[in-house]
Amino acid sequence: MTTRLFGEPVRRREDPRLITGQGRYLDDLGAGALAAAFVRSPHAHARILDVDVSGALDVDGLVAIYTWEDLPGALAEPLPLLIPHPALTHGRTAYALAREVVRHVGEPVVMVVARDRYLAEDACALIRVDYEILKPVVGLEEAAGGAHLVHEDVPGNIGAHLVQEVPGPGGVTAREAVDAAPHRLEFRLDVERSACTPLEGKGVYARWDADDESLRVYSSTQTSTSVRMAIAAKLGLPLPKVEVVAPDVGGGFGVKIVHPWPEEILVPWAARLLNREVKWTEDRREHFVSSSHERGQVQHVRAGFDDDGRLLGLEVEILHDHGAYTPYGIIVPIITSTQLLGPYRVGAYRVEFSSVYTNTVQVTPYRGAGRPQGVFCMERTMDKIAAYLGRDRTEVRAANFIQPDEFPYDQGLTFQDGRPLIYDSGDYPEALRMLKELIGWDAFPEEKARAAAEGRRIGIGVGCYVEGTGVGPYEGGHVQITSDGRVHVSTGLTSQGQGHETVFAQIAATELGVPIEKVSVVTGDTRRFGYAVGTFASRAAVMSGNAIALACRKVREKALRIAAEALEADPRDLEITDGMVHVAGAPSASIPLATVAVLSNPLRYAFDEEAKRATQFAGPASDDRPPVAEGEEPGLEGRDYYSPVRSTFAAGMHAAIVETDPDTAEIQILRYAVVHDCGRLINPMIVEGQIHGGVAQGVGGALYEKMVYDEHGQLLNASFMDFLMPYATEVPRIETAHLETPSPLNPLGIKGAGEAGVIPVSAVVAAAIEDAEGIPIDRMPISPSDLHTLRLTR
Amino acid sequence: MNETHHHVTLTVNGVVREATVPGRRLLSDCLRHDLGLTGTHVGCEHGVCGACTVLLDGEPVRSCLTFAVTVDGQEITTVEGLARDGALSPVQRAFTECHALQCGFCTPGFLCTVTAFLRDNPAPTEEEALEAVAGNLCRCTGYQNILKAVHRAAQMQATQIQAEEGGA
Repeated sequence: MTTRLFGEPVRRREDPRLITGQGRYLDDLGAGALAAAFVRSPHAHARILDVDVSGALDVDGLVAIYTWEDLPGALAEPLPLLIPHPALTHGRTAYALAREVVRHVGEPVVMVVARDRYLAEDACALIRVDYEILKPVVGLEEAAGGAHLVHEDVPGNIGAHLVQEVPGPGGVTAREAVDAAPHRLEFRLDVERSACTPLEGKGVYARWDADDESLRVYSSTQTSTSVRMAIAAKLGLPLPKVEVVAPDVGGGFGVKIVHPWPEEILVPWAARLLNREVKWTEDRREHFVSSSHERGQVQHVRAGFDDDGRLLGLEVEILHDHGAYTPYGIIVPIITSTQLLGPYRVGAYRVEFSSVYTNTVQVTPYRGAGRPQGVFCMERTMDKIAAYLGRDRTEVRAANFIQPDEFPYDQGLTFQDGRPLIYDSGDYPEALRMLKELIGWDAFPEEKARAAAEGRRIGIGVGCYVEGTGVGPYEGGHVQITSDGRVHVSTGLTSQGQGHETVFAQIAATELGVPIEKVSVVTGDTRRFGYAVGTFASRAAVMSGNAIALACRKVREKALRIAAEALEADPRDLEITDGMVHVAGAPSASIPLATVAVLSNPLRYAFDEEAKRATQFAGPASDDRPPVAEGEEPGLEGRDYYSPVRSTFAAGMHAAIVETDPDTAEIQILRYAVVHDCGRLINPMIVEGQIHGGVAQGVGGALYEKMVYDEHGQLLNASFMDFLMPYATEVPRIETAHLETPSPLNPLGIKGAGEAGVIPVSAVVAAAIEDAEGIPIDRMPISPSDLHTLRLTR
Repeated sequence: MNETHHHVTLTVNGVVREATVPGRRLLSDCLRHDLGLTGTHVGCEHGVCGACTVLLDGEPVRSCLTFAVTVDGQEITTVEGLARDGALSPVQRAFTECHALQCGFCTPGFLCTVTAFLRDNPAPTEEEALEAVAGNLCRCTGYQNILKAVHRAAQMQATQIQAEEGGA
């Protein structure tokens, strides 16, 4: 049996429990725990005048009711602003329970704890909150107008304003470059709000151990280590007395990286105060109105270019809607404004964004995290240039590509990790060649003409992107081989369906030369690994994958050292195959890793037959050396960290063929093709699955999903009946091809893959519809009725 | 404000189970919290996502739209009951073989839906398979591999039936 598993489509080790109903998701835990429920604001903007709980006091099973006034110490302060930035001059965060003012529908005002959720909701329904309704600020341009304020102390509703400028050759500014260019275009683009909407909402379950004065919290989170630190800080507990576990998590896509959510500190606080187990499971409506949204932007673009379509200057002004609060800083518009450049070299670039408050749900990263908007901007620009010059759209892109021999390529900007935006590797011309072949780009005009002859409208579109993945600061891995020969791997970041238990086991099995069946992987459990950042930004494989590989290499080196002594061989002559350390070319001179693990830990007491071999009278030992040699530690284990100087840049290109119905304006994607380059693949089956899921979310964002707020700040479609997530019938068959340009930045040569699929879809679908219809598509998503309206106003 | 409770007897995965529940107790909550069968998941609570799908007398139903008291005396199969004698069903095996699940939260609903579908239509066309799963939401997979798994499960089921008939 081979132990070379890196790169193989190994079946998922998560599946056996998940297909038999044995998964442990948040709400599957804590049978018998008290249930929390929340009274949430029904108004987008209002002052709380009075909270009257008297009506709820007789509810059977009621345990406690809390408002902001009940919260002690740090719990009563605003929630943390997680990612401060000098440009975020007016960052504001919510209180765990609203204090005086509510700023979006869904903001928690009162917390109720009762025997079960039904009863907790009964009590919520009987609590009366009197509000003085304030003028809500809804819509980006209304907010930027500043006539009414979301926060009284934030003038013009502007939370942040940031300009980044990269001068062109000879120090020419973007404005000068555009003005001096042979051709110029100016236009406006709009992208609407959507949201992650994982099938499992958020949830928190807390157990206070009064005897031990310690707290164990389970949260459906993308970062258990940081939730732990937040809880310890907010509750004033010593960090070692708090443990946080992310159990099986039913999807994240970004929303669960935000923390601490109000419930993540309120539920543990109540559990400790009441000395009872308390659990809160978010329901679907709560998720819509109190978790995060993303995407909403208005962009104003000025582009200057030459006869070949080369971009000489590009100026982009972005108005970004960050909702009522900014707990996650301005990461989303920073990513939009930097990743907008994609695979292109632009003569001179200036990007300016204003991030504004509205009385709507806060905006934090959703898979793609600002990139879909940036790519929409750049790819629409490329298509407009091609249309203006009458050139093929792929030709214009090719004319602007960074070439394979230009890496590392410095875009001259500061990326989301505060580091320079320097692309490490890529081959964009080859990716485009592959994509054109896959979709049949060159033959499409004939296909389109044939369809037209039958009275059908079809169109083709293309979109390219570069994705900075694997952002720092670090992740770690711990690997322990126990005396039964099992390999225990842990890493601090969490999993939400990415198959980490499988891919990290593949890496460990490959590095250590052991059968994968011997390897088990634990993620997101602070009891096993306390130092981590979290799972976001397509970073888990790059960060923890490399950290685990490095930890394995330490363990391997130690194993070879110990085995060499036992085998009286040179460690350099040793190999590990199927869990046996042996002399290369002489398999008979061997020792199992299990035995090496025994020997690594000098024992006084034997607890089984294997352990006897490591006890003090078991064999010859040097009298003048300590049993644990200097610089060594007992045990066959290793810990290491991977902390990259900067991100590694994956890339991809998508193409779609769509058909639009001449009468009904129905839009159907006939074909969808993807070329994807995430460096070396650990598990192609899993990478492919990640792309599929991303594309499906992209299709949702392009054609179906938007958050419909009315002028009062009410979210009109806060259910799966009205927020149209794609079913199987809405997602076309996805054709994929892979290009593997290894990253020179990390030991495994890998780049992230998690978010990629979603990034260019709106741009691609818009381009294809534009090609079919001959109408500029500058606003996404687009519904049949939107298209119908566009046709009428043409 | 004490609620009236009702005694219900359900046959779940072949085992007779009893519970005392208020009239408003959803079948999904009864299965999960009264009977401890947490494999059935609740994704939307309004019957749209299909994650809570179970088989009621063999037919797929949304357990989040069903009151436990209304199914007193009936037979229910949940995801925990799809494997027989420790052996995964063809649908379960096909889902893992085809990588038809990622986070796994929606998966129990798909497994129950597809199990009933393939029982009634053992050799579906592409179109029929698509329609069969088109009432369940998945946010992770883009459905590509779920559709593959439906066809793969049909193949496996056919092979298994052949083998059983051959052996009989």
